[in-house]
Amino acid sequence: MIHSLFLINSSGDIFLEKHWKSVVSRSVCDYFFEAQERATEAENVPPVIPTPHHYLLSVYRHKIFFVAVIQTEVPPLFVIEFLHRVVDTFQDYFGVCSEPVIKDNVVVVYEVLEEMLDNGFPLATESNILKELIKPPTILRTVVNRSTNVGDQLPTGQLSVVPWRRTGVKYTNNEAYFDVIEEIDAIIDKSGSTITAEIQGVIDACVKLTGMPDLTLSFMNPRLLDDVSFHPCVRFKRWESERILSFIPPDGNFRLLSYHVSAQNLVAIPVYVKHNISFRDSSSLGRFEITVGPKQTMGKTIEGVIVTSQMPKGVLNMSLTPSQGTHTFDPVTKMLSWDVGKINPQKLPSLKGTMSLQAGASKPDENPTINLHFKIQQLAISGLKVNRLDMYGEKYKPFKGIKYMTKAGKFQVRT
Amino acid sequence: MTDSKYFTTTKKGEIFELKAELNSDKKEKKKEAVKKVIASMTVGKDVSALFPDVVNCMQTDNLELKKLVYLYLMNYAKSQPDMAIMAVNTFVKDCEDPNPLIRALAVRTMGCIRVDKITEYLCEPLRKCLKDEDPYVRKTAAVCVAKLHDINAQLVEDQGFLDTLKDLISDSNPMVVANAVAALSEIAESHPSSNLLDLNPQSINKLLTALNECTEWGQIFILDCLANYTPKDDREAQSICERVTPRLSHANSAVVLSAVKVLMKFMEMLSKDLDYYGTLLKKLAPPLVTLLSAEPELQYVALRNINLIVQKRPEILKHEMKVFFVKYNDPIYVKLEKLDIMIRLASQANIAQVLAELKEYATEVDVDFVRKAVRAIGRCAIKVEQSAERCVSTLLDLIQTKVNYVVQEAIVVIKDIFRKYPNKYESVIATLCENLDSLDEPEARAAMIWIVGEYAERIDNADELLESFLEGFHDESTQVQLQLLTAIVKLFLKKPTETQELVQQVLSLATQDSDNPDLRDRGYIYWRLLSTDPVAAKEVVLAEKPLISEETDLIEPTLLDELICYIGTLASVYHKPPSAFVEGGRGVVHKSLPPRTASNESTESPETAPAGAPSGEQPDVIPTQGDLLGDLLNLDLGPPVSGPPLATSSVQMGAVDLLGGGLDSLIGGPNFVAPPAAAVPANLGATMGSGLSDLFDLTSGVGTLSGSYVAPKAVWLPAMKAKGLEISGTFTRQVGSISMDLQLTNKALQVMTDFAIQFNRNSFGLAPAAPLQVHAPLSPNQTVEISLPLNTVGSVMKMEPLNNLQVAVKNNIDVFYFSTLYPLHILFVEDGKMDRQMFLATWKDIPNENEAQFQIRDCPLNAGALLALRGCEQQATEQQHLHSRQEERGRPGYALPVPEAHQRHLGAGRAAYPARQPQLHAVTEMSSARGVPTRVPGLRDHSQELSSHPVPTPAFCQP
Repeated sequence: MIHSLFLINSSGDIFLEKHWKSVVSRSVCDYFFEAQERATEAENVPPVIPTPHHYLLSVYRHKIFFVAVIQTEVPPLFVIEFLHRVVDTFQDYFGVCSEPVIKDNVVVVYEVLEEMLDNGFPLATESNILKELIKPPTILRTVVNRSTNVGDQLPTGQLSVVPWRRTGVKYTNNEAYFDVIEEIDAIIDKSGSTITAEIQGVIDACVKLTGMPDLTLSFMNPRLLDDVSFHPCVRFKRWESERILSFIPPDGNFRLLSYHVSAQNLVAIPVYVKHNISFRDSSSLGRFEITVGPKQTMGKTIEGVIVTSQMPKGVLNMSLTPSQGTHTFDPVTKMLSWDVGKINPQKLPSLKGTMSLQAGASKPDENPTINLHFKIQQLAISGLKVNRLDMYGEKYKPFKGIKYMTKAGKFQVRT
Repeated sequence: MTDSKYFTTTKKGEIFELKAELNSDKKEKKKEAVKKVIASMTVGKDVSALFPDVVNCMQTDNLELKKLVYLYLMNYAKSQPDMAIMAVNTFVKDCEDPNPLIRALAVRTMGCIRVDKITEYLCEPLRKCLKDEDPYVRKTAAVCVAKLHDINAQLVEDQGFLDTLKDLISDSNPMVVANAVAALSEIAESHPSSNLLDLNPQSINKLLTALNECTEWGQIFILDCLANYTPKDDREAQSICERVTPRLSHANSAVVLSAVKVLMKFMEMLSKDLDYYGTLLKKLAPPLVTLLSAEPELQYVALRNINLIVQKRPEILKHEMKVFFVKYNDPIYVKLEKLDIMIRLASQANIAQVLAELKEYATEVDVDFVRKAVRAIGRCAIKVEQSAERCVSTLLDLIQTKVNYVVQEAIVVIKDIFRKYPNKYESVIATLCENLDSLDEPEARAAMIWIVGEYAERIDNADELLESFLEGFHDESTQVQLQLLTAIVKLFLKKPTETQELVQQVLSLATQDSDNPDLRDRGYIYWRLLSTDPVAAKEVVLAEKPLISEETDLIEPTLLDELICYIGTLASVYHKPPSAFVEGGRGVVHKSLPPRTASNESTESPETAPAGAPSGEQPDVIPTQGDLLGDLLNLDLGPPVSGPPLATSSVQMGAVDLLGGGLDSLIGGPNFVAPPAAAVPANLGATMGSGLSDLFDLTSGVGTLSGSYVAPKAVWLPAMKAKGLEISGTFTRQVGSISMDLQLTNKALQVMTDFAIQFNRNSFGLAPAAPLQVHAPLSPNQTVEISLPLNTVGSVMKMEPLNNLQVAVKNNIDVFYFSTLYPLHILFVEDGKMDRQMFLATWKDIPNENEAQFQIRDCPLNAGALLALRGCEQQATEQQHLHSRQEERGRPGYALPVPEAHQRHLGAGRAAYPARQPQLHAVTEMSSARGVPTRVPGLRDHSQELSSHPVPTPAFCQP
């Protein structure tokens, strides 16, 4: 099982180590540093690194490497999932997960890590339970620094049939909010046709309800959801037979469901990009022009549009004029970024101008790929719609809310 | 005021100050001090000097302080074992605490203190906690057993904790069950032989129930444990699959992958016609696709596993090609894996899309990725024949870009395309030649030279091109040098008039100025070939090459099946069995897919079930020449010996064969004569020898046969059972000596060395007369033939059946056992011929009660038939006499009592092995085909007489 954990910052310092079994010397991280050196960028460090006696599994989050050390055959996904859980827990506890914050809260961090694994076996990873065992730092406690942050009662949820929910929850305002968030991953080719497009959707919930409510959520078009992963609270049988989500919710924020609408279904593409990027062999100037416009948006406005593109190395500088928004070009990283904002269908935003190329150099081999970010409020692009939400088991009438949003995930346009 | 203040003190007197604070009366100050100590410990400072002071703080009601002290103890107890004893009392007391949290914490911490002395005190509290009323304590205690086992395995067994742990599998609380399973799995890992997780349908049912209710981590443990179970029939497999399927919708990817493993494994048992099988296939695709939308690290592991799954069951993801398309900001390790899977999924239906994508990738920035993309285009061409043309034109487009590494990569793959589709795309050679100067990598240069040599007759200035390479011959890498040598020889054979000088030059460069033995030897071979027999040289050098196989990069099936059992583990990430990399081989249990045993067709024996052979289609690998040769030699010896072809390249094979067979006497260079045994499998050599001596016997009229019937080789030890070592073999007897002809094949991915063999005591005292000699390490996919001499001086024990032989074979990996039956005739001596009178006397000496009589029915080979058969073969009359004598003497009931009986005494000795006659034929044919008759006077006539049908004699053997 998981032997040890090292946290390493981007400058290569090990600033925290935790061992769940015997102590593993931190020199084991040298193998990691070697791999890090080979991979030019932090993102490219391979997640599994073999060393003579151990295996290092790492994730890179918030500019910190979380490196787990294992010695025996352990499912690597198990370790990586656990590391993600550690990151999520830190974020949950401290708001942000960064080196200074972790150092500021080292005792809590240590206590939490101790609680999460026992001898390498996961013990308590649900943040609801952890928070009962180890109270997160509050402003009051940080200032006074007196009262203990360790709970002395066994968390009630730990062994119940619904381990994800605390008992005795009380709220004055009972409310349940659900956000249906969809991300489109797409690759669009030069001519504007879709090579692949798929939707990653999630339903995130924020449920603050008293007692032990039992909720059911039904959809207008549940057949869209053929590839789903549920929070453990969802009763799978009921979904299989009736296509209804029936569950006792955890308290607070949680991800109820994530789903995937595959490339085989037709995915609506809400934006198009018209581009004309040309390098000429002889001259040291290139033309650059892109226009962004709405496509299938079901009448909703596209907001928060950001266009980024990694320009070829040969591009020295760009002189561009946007019809709206602001743009920047970093001549060192060759990254072009254009913050467009809202798209007005009457007046399409465009960015035009010239690129100055390295004199004498031949035409760059690669064409820049355009990366697109955008948001569309009040729309789930897959067409998923929640039908109704009902509550059983409690008497009061909760306040219910549902929100839809579509975002660009990895949305790439090749030129 | 945050914890970071604990990190700031770096003064010299720090330890001293902390000591004072720890001994302070004020609780708050104490706690602060412990926190500082912990902080120092976290960043790797040595604060072990404070051990007694910290331990003193342990007896407190404050849970936080207690936890902090426990943390400290766990870290330093090992270095201060004597001091750690001081803490024991508090632990024992805490284990009785009314608060279950404290009980659990105490037992948990005690397990983490890896000090032998403490473990003794741990046993009693642990026993209590394992039976605690609170499930939280029980589940903590379950893990503690695993910890204790790690420190002192003997103690755990003596104290009976393992049994208690097994009982916990039936616990009412699913969390306890999950932890018990996890603990048992970990313990079992260090005791591969022990049968800790003895799974039966009842316990499986309990696990499946717990599976629905325990945490995600518990589900992983339970699923991994389920994967080790072998259901008794397809119904049970199906019912388990049905209950595991819901896990595919879990949010935790590790749970999903573990579930996939269970399903992939148990699917093997389901019949393909079953409706459920199809349903299951459909259900497997979406979760795998979903894994690809997770974080890159998860994607990587998922992709490595999908790679295996796609090879095993391509039908699952055949429609999901698009999800493997590469996004430009994927990390490089994800990109490369996706590319691999794209090629595996490429088919006629989607090839257009794939090619368009690959072409796109070939213009990206990352050099490694671009190279692999170009290579992928070539692999597509080889895999999907219909697309070859399009692939070639895509490659040509890429060559036009003139990007150096793209061009080089493209040339390497075009060479492969030529080898797959010869005489089809030679029109592109001109374009390739234009880029000759830009090639600076050995592989690309070698590929280009190969192309020029192969198609020398179509390239007008081939000699100039090759000559240009020759200038810097000694600076080239070996790969290029060898290629250049061959190419120039090819050129010479094709255009002998203009290139004599060139070939002289390269041969002298290779033979005289080079230190590389490979190069030198190849140079000599060519030289002598060319100088002795240019026609033969042409046959050898310009021989038609076997087409390359399309799936050269597939994982070999036995390994793939094993890896499928390890889905989701490190083994699946490395595509190696755990035995190949887990430290010290400890805890490695060989896993294999369950054979398909349907409940309604239980007649199917395990051997015939597709355990070893995957039920999927075998990749069609085109046999190399070596294999064909083996087939030829095997003609009538029985079914061809199964096993991979000899691991020699076709060109070398041809050369060795020639030298070994016919040319050695002509050339006469001692270092060129490969011993025939190297080219011809040993047993074939042996039979050939015996066949030849038969013929000699006939001509010289001496009536003793020195050889005897050799059964075809049978697989004694399948690779599945021996970690990739496959042993097949047979027994022979020649001129008084018995030998065991073994064929060892390495089907694993690692080199095997240190072979040894041993026999168990057996009925006739058979024992190896010499150690098992395997001279070179056996590399993967290599086969070696060994003839092991045997004698009969070993110790004797009656076996059942009588001719049973138990054998142990050892190599660097493990010891393997198998048993086989040997034919009794190998024990019969040749010189047992008896005088007629003596035979009758001996016959009478045998008591009558030892005589048993029975009639052989429907025996087509009666004496007359045998004689007729012999007659048409024009055997010497002497032989016929002998034969009729045998018939006369052959009485049932004589064979067994005397182990060393004469074969001829048994009429059945001949009748039972009718295969012998055609065998004689085949051997003679072969010997003439290999050019032997030309060198053996007197034999030729016989061979002509004997072979009633024309002998296919290779052209180069004729003058």
